[in-house]
Amino acid sequence: MDLDDNKPGTAPTRRRFVTTRRLDRMFVELASVYRFIARFFKEVWFPPYEFKEIIKQCYEIGVRSLPLISLTGFIIGIVFTNQSRPSLAGFGATALLPALISVAIVRAMGPLVTALIAAGRVGSNIGAELGSMRVTEQIDAMEVSATNPFKFLVVSRVLASTFMIPALTMYTTFVSLLGGYLNVHQNELTTLTTFFYQVFDAITFLDIIASSVKSVIFGFTIGMVGCYKGYNSSKGTEGVGKAANSSVVTAMFLIFIEELLIMQIINAIRAV
Amino acid sequence: MEAKEINPNIDRTEKVISIRGLKKAFDDFEVLKGVDLDLYKGENLVVLGRSGTGKSVLIKIISGLLQADEGQVNVLGREVGNLTPKELDALRLKIGFSFQNSALYDSMTVRENLEFPLVRHAKEMTEADRDRIIRFVLEAVGLSQAINQMPSELSGGQRKRIGIARTLILKPEIMLYDEPTAGLDPITSIEINKLINEVQRRFNTSSIIITHDLTCARAVGDRVVMLLEGQFQRQGKFEDVFDTKDERVKAFYNYNFID
Repeated sequence: MDLDDNKPGTAPTRRRFVTTRRLDRMFVELASVYRFIARFFKEVWFPPYEFKEIIKQCYEIGVRSLPLISLTGFIIGIVFTNQSRPSLAGFGATALLPALISVAIVRAMGPLVTALIAAGRVGSNIGAELGSMRVTEQIDAMEVSATNPFKFLVVSRVLASTFMIPALTMYTTFVSLLGGYLNVHQNELTTLTTFFYQVFDAITFLDIIASSVKSVIFGFTIGMVGCYKGYNSSKGTEGVGKAANSSVVTAMFLIFIEELLIMQIINAIRAV
Repeated sequence: MEAKEINPNIDRTEKVISIRGLKKAFDDFEVLKGVDLDLYKGENLVVLGRSGTGKSVLIKIISGLLQADEGQVNVLGREVGNLTPKELDALRLKIGFSFQNSALYDSMTVRENLEFPLVRHAKEMTEADRDRIIRFVLEAVGLSQAINQMPSELSGGQRKRIGIARTLILKPEIMLYDEPTAGLDPITSIEINKLINEVQRRFNTSSIIITHDLTCARAVGDRVVMLLEGQFQRQGKFEDVFDTKDERVKAFYNYNFID
């Protein structure tokens, strides 16, 4: 490399500078995320507890998500069963459909589908709401009135999301299994009792625990990402849009990574 | 609108806010370059200046929303920069902050907006007492009928009034108004000016009013200071501040009235 390349303003110097600045920004962002999560764990234990707000957010996140979750879960159950049948029919093993559906839905699809839908609906909602509160100075207004906005807005939403996503996951799993049952019943004339007997026969206690743990982690991730993006949004209405969008994209990305990691851990435990 | 008669109850011996050598910069841009300021008990102090000169930054530092880079900010005898979060919260209960865009909580009704600080800071209060205080402050700002409305159903002027009512509900000793007449029509602006004077008289508050509206400054200010290039250049009565050969001050005066 020519010595002149180190002069300010030359292309390689600029490139290095841009790369360093991006790296700097990434580390600053990581530190900021760390501080945000640490603040949550610091504040969640101490009063005042915003029970009213937590219950309100549980209703917003849980009850208001039910129509979308019901429809999606039911259709996924039907479609998955329908698409799996030809593969099993090739081996004359359609009797194994309930077991297959059960393992797929309880272990993976129930938690994952619920989390992805919630990331879209709940994550964007939290990101946009807090972002809008930030740019219209509502968060500052809370702070100057000696109310801890972090506790009122962030802790309540993250807790509500962490509580409600597992509940929604159980519900989605049940609705998807019902969808699967309808399809199996229509084609194989299996009774409801036999279907659910085979469903529960195929899964283990570890599957249910793993599914629950996963959904708790997904719920925490969705709430935390939405709150972080919204709480730290800036640049006016453009920032609100970005916060909402980024809440969904980041939460979905993290959910897939977490799914991958948890699956590896559970498989390792199962192998022991 | 006529110039305000100076409040005879101002206590010039008691400073509720005292600022010395305040500096604040954002990245390389130095907004406040060593500001000195005193606010006396019972006084309405208007801070004039162009947009972006650091007027709002000043009151955000006073309320602890921003931290000063250098200097002392003493509010009601407490040094804001040295307070623990708990002490800062205790001090904030004595400061009312009226935001430029009112900052009403969108998802709550007017009643819930007003109830919000009471529920948290006057826990021993009965529901009947809370209701009585809410109705009292709503009556004080002339909007008793809006109690069950959502902020989105209110006009700009009404939102400002409710914002002021929300700050009054904890009986603050100091009021900080950030651009109280920004975005309002002239008649509503005059109503807000009257309300600011009414709040000073009725609640015995000391106030800092941040504005670039000269009509507002003349109507509500017992004293006016002008922030130019990060420092207070002129201060005194409204007429005295603009009785100068400083072209920057004269330009501010002339352009304001052309607008």
